[in-house]
Amino acid sequence: MIRMLVPLLVFVGLLVLLLISLPTAEQRRQVASPLIGREVPNFTLPSLHEPGVQYSTTDLRGQPFLLNVWGSWCFSCRVEHPYITRLGEEAGIPLVGFNWRDERDDALTWLNRFGDAWTFHMVDEEGRAAIDLGVYGAPETFLIDHRGVIRHKHIGPVDQAIFDDLMRRINDLRQEAGV
Amino acid sequence: MIAEFGQISLILALVLAVLLGTLPLWGAYRRNDTLMNLAPSLVVGHFVFTLAAFVSLATLFLRHDFTVINVATNSNLLLPWYYRISATWGSHEGSLLLWILMLAGWMLAVAVFSRKVLPKVFLTRVLSVMGLISIGFLLFTILTSNPFDRILPGPIDGQDLNPLLQDPGMIFHPPLLYMGYVGFAVAFGFAIAGLLGGRIERDWVRWSRPWTLMAWAFLTGGITLGSWWAYYELGWGGWWFWDPVENASFIPWLLGTALIHSQAVTEKRGAFPAWTVLLAIAAFSTSLLGTFLVRSGVLTSVHAFATDPERGVFILGFMAVVTGAALLLYALRAPRIMTGKGFDFVSRESALLLNNVFFAVSAGMVLLGTLYPLIIDFMGWGQISVGPPYFSAMFILLMTPIVMLLPLGPFTRWGRDELKRIMAPLLISLIVAIVAGMAIAAYLGAFNLRAVTGWIGGIWLIMGALSYFWRQKQQSRFMLPRGQLGMVMAHAGVGVFIIGVGMVESMTYERDVRFGAGDTLEVAGYRFHLEEIASVKGPNWIADEGRFTVFRGDREIARMQPQKRLYHRGQQVMTQVALRPGFTHDLYIAMGEPLRDGTGDWSIRVHIKPFVRWIWGGAFLLALGGLLAASDRRYWRQQRAESREGAMAEGAQPA
Amino acid sequence: MTPTRKKRLAVVGLLVLGVSTATAIALVALNDNVRFSIGPSEIVAGDYPEGRQLRLGGLVAAGSVSRDPASLAVTFQVTDCIHEIPVTFNGILPDLFREGQGVIAHGSLAPDGVFHAHEVLARHDETYMPPEVERAMALAGSGLVCGEPLEDHLATVRGETR
Repeated sequence: MIRMLVPLLVFVGLLVLLLISLPTAEQRRQVASPLIGREVPNFTLPSLHEPGVQYSTTDLRGQPFLLNVWGSWCFSCRVEHPYITRLGEEAGIPLVGFNWRDERDDALTWLNRFGDAWTFHMVDEEGRAAIDLGVYGAPETFLIDHRGVIRHKHIGPVDQAIFDDLMRRINDLRQEAGV
Repeated sequence: MIAEFGQISLILALVLAVLLGTLPLWGAYRRNDTLMNLAPSLVVGHFVFTLAAFVSLATLFLRHDFTVINVATNSNLLLPWYYRISATWGSHEGSLLLWILMLAGWMLAVAVFSRKVLPKVFLTRVLSVMGLISIGFLLFTILTSNPFDRILPGPIDGQDLNPLLQDPGMIFHPPLLYMGYVGFAVAFGFAIAGLLGGRIERDWVRWSRPWTLMAWAFLTGGITLGSWWAYYELGWGGWWFWDPVENASFIPWLLGTALIHSQAVTEKRGAFPAWTVLLAIAAFSTSLLGTFLVRSGVLTSVHAFATDPERGVFILGFMAVVTGAALLLYALRAPRIMTGKGFDFVSRESALLLNNVFFAVSAGMVLLGTLYPLIIDFMGWGQISVGPPYFSAMFILLMTPIVMLLPLGPFTRWGRDELKRIMAPLLISLIVAIVAGMAIAAYLGAFNLRAVTGWIGGIWLIMGALSYFWRQKQQSRFMLPRGQLGMVMAHAGVGVFIIGVGMVESMTYERDVRFGAGDTLEVAGYRFHLEEIASVKGPNWIADEGRFTVFRGDREIARMQPQKRLYHRGQQVMTQVALRPGFTHDLYIAMGEPLRDGTGDWSIRVHIKPFVRWIWGGAFLLALGGLLAASDRRYWRQQRAESREGAMAEGAQPA
Repeated sequence: MTPTRKKRLAVVGLLVLGVSTATAIALVALNDNVRFSIGPSEIVAGDYPEGRQLRLGGLVAAGSVSRDPASLAVTFQVTDCIHEIPVTFNGILPDLFREGQGVIAHGSLAPDGVFHAHEVLARHDETYMPPEVERAMALAGSGLVCGEPLEDHLATVRGETR
């Protein structure tokens, strides 16, 4: 009888090991960005709608803002789009689009089709500025406070839970900034 | 509409699986005929609705319905129709659906083909247990990985299917592999049904043997195809990488190999029945474990699906229920199951026991190496990965005795035997193997340890298998039964495989070379001349193509065109290898990268792989042998034949 | 004890012996063949097992890749945005090897502080980041922008594209 329980015990041990490893897998996915708590890197990029106009990350000093990395080639961006639209409408702070490694025409078609709730878009066609920002992939959403410090970063599409979390953080930052 | 139809079919399949997992099982317990008779029709319904869901998904892919998330993420307008079909199982969600379809298919096959052979109570139990497994997978799919989820409005065009998966090998690799994985669910079902009935008998094992053999053969084929695919598709020229995902499929294979051998003992002699049951449980449980490892993100691998720990929790929970319950049942019932006749130290039983020990230990070693990083991380000793040398070293160590002793096995008698008697007919084979092995290796200029042992071991196995075939043929006027033929074929296949491995691992010529247009590389009697590097265009990609002419002496023998492809949509790069397959060696050219120093030169990988086809050829013989053995008429004869043998009464006590 | 039992006991004994030997060998073999995952900062801090195979993760520093014109030898810097480690490699780099992208190099550290890689793996696709790279980035902690060479390079690149 005891002998026959050995396989069960081995299996339970294995199960415990795997169960413990799962949160580690989760952690690996959600590594805190080294940029959090630091000033947003300063770069100047052309506008998506008016290629002649240049935007800079310092333009928005004095108020908190959101920076959302997206591309028309990125399917998850399509998935999070309804929530990004809500952020643009409800957050009460500027929502900056960071159009990453995209073709201008494709990006404009995409916005026409699905809607454009962003305040403006900056274009990083080569993906050089994205290196400064520490972008892992699209979509990513950064929350930056009125002093230009990155306070929060979400990797991956925004869903209802992330949206609620972002709204809470945005309200905190707005109070902090006195807006 | 089609997506909704698929969704509803999936839910109906779940309902039927729930009914199948409960009512007939209760009926079998109460010996209620009405309830038991439900099982076959429920199995048919379950299959029909699963098939409907699968066909719906395939149709969505064919019709470019990008409002379905799964289609939008894994297909686009430029993808040819055959890859749109294979894209159906290219993603995590779709592959789960394929898994369920396979399970439903196996259930249907058992219901149809074993109907006349199995007692009704037993068949009902088997089907019900498999229905319970299906509930888990259907719930998993519907709750966490629904392939029919929509997004409105849909994108104009989809993302591309990963270009690595846009390949003929990938069309067939997953279905074969899943046939194997899921096939072990049949062996599992039989084992649990046996335990539920409270007795493990020889006839139980006989009924489950053909199913186990078939599952094992499919798994062998699937793994072989995967290895072949990695060889030409990943562009590294290797045939096995000891990657966690490969290991995940290899562990059930090793246990399955042990299982088909231990089943032979239990069927013929009634010995170690508990062990056979345990192996059946383990083979299926490690299939589940593989699914967990690949899809949960606890291990990283180049092959892994987009991972999601939440799914991991679900599979882990499911595994806990299935395997935990099975092992608990085993602990409760196994002590009561029969034991067979005793056997001597030198006997067929011992030989097969030895086989089982080595295969089970090998499975343990692979599992240990695969999970070791988790253990170390858990202990807080840092993050590590286990290198392929560990696996190779352990494998050579464990498989050498197997190769040495394998030809003796079939010659050994049940019960008791003498080494001298066994060796007598094999002496010639042994001498031939040693002499011919060394001679061939020397002739090929491969007189090194690996190649020589490969040749000696390989010829020893092939000769051993053939001499067994010869002796059996002499002793009987009839053709050998298919079970025996299959065994001979599989054992000879191992020999072919070993020759391939020995040669590839010791004699591969492998160089990364800098090439410009007009450059030439001379090696091993071949001259590789690069004419030019051109730009070419395919349906959904553009590529740089190296145009090589290959000469042997002065004669042009081949034109080879390796490509470096760029797939537009995901902007993904892929290496398309140029291959010239041959019986004794492959020529293999892969484009590396442009050297961006103004010369227009490329780095190019040139391999000459001796006897590499023998690796897959041997594995193919193994799979074929398994299928041949499964088709042995002995397994499909009707019940009256069973009872005439009178084996049932022996030592068995109803619970 | 009957003769059969005796024999069976002998068989079981042999099995136990065999399995434990195999396990012992396996553990030794495992110890010899593990690769330790580290990041550049850990190397600089000397926080790594000496004489072992290492698995170095980080980003390829922009502008750091240089090729030998005559062979396939290549050198580049792997960075976690705090420290950079020079890496040498002879052979074909993976398809997705890019400056500014995550890589993993298998190899060992020479006494002169150069990492000799015998295998280089790149990030698989846009959404996959090898955990080692993420970890190296996270361990490095608070570096805002990657080191000076990167900044310079970025400035020149922007100058050219504008």
